Amino acid sequence: MTIDKLELSETRALLERLASLEARVADLEAHPAQGIEDRVAMVVFSGDLDKAIAALIIATGAASMGLETSMFFTFWGISAVKRQKMFAGKSLLEQGFTAMLPGGLGETGLSQMNFFGAGAQIIRGLMKKHAISSPEELFGLARELGVRMVVCDMSRELLGIADAELIDGLETGGVATFLGDAARAKVTLFI
Amino acid sequence: MSTTYDQALDVKGAKCPMPLVKSRKAIGELPVGQVLKVVATDRGSLADFKGWANTARNIELIAQETVSEAGQDLYVHYLRRTA
Repeated sequence: MTIDKLELSETRALLERLASLEARVADLEAHPAQGIEDRVAMVVFSGDLDKAIAALIIATGAASMGLETSMFFTFWGISAVKRQKMFAGKSLLEQGFTAMLPGGLGETGLSQMNFFGAGAQIIRGLMKKHAISSPEELFGLARELGVRMVVCDMSRELLGIADAELIDGLETGGVATFLGDAARAKVTLFI
Repeated sequence: MSTTYDQALDVKGAKCPMPLVKSRKAIGELPVGQVLKVVATDRGSLADFKGWANTARNIELIAQETVSEAGQDLYVHYLRRTA
């Protein structure tokens, strides 16, 4: 009979452990811990062509390697995802910004040796000569590969950039959108 | 060295990141377990494909070799889709 008693108390202990484990699982499910995943999260802050090329090559490479990749375009970086310049309905200051800033990736300059745009043209020419995909091709590829592209709404508004000036199909977000991706990313970059 | 393969991909002349991008696309079209042979002229592809295989969970780099053809170095990679 002692054996029976032992078994009973053991069963009871096991049931208690099971119950506490179930409670822990339920708690973890309710508050999922953020694990590091196969992700790359990038902030594209710069509106320079050379930096955009670097960001796009990393993005297309990462996406090809099977990493979930996101690009968060903020401040000058929004220039890289513009498709046109529009002046209608803007304040004088906003019109000034629009006039001074590039109207898209095609109008961006180099961070060094730009020489009023000549440098950018030389780099583009060299890329063509060396059969390197153009910045526009890389951008198209990144989208094709499913790279998440988010435009910072706060800096878009600050710089007076209208939605209609942006490339179609981009997401809009804020700091939490970036951090939501970055907190789970193995690689985070600020370009 | 002759490694058997199921599909071949020619990325001669393609520069970084295109060998990777094109190989990724090609291997995605292969059934699991099959082997893709990639022929590149991009010297960086040797290190790139190693990095890719170390990172991705669905490919295995079986072999890499450098062969000379018409005075040009060709970098040949054999990848198996594992998932």
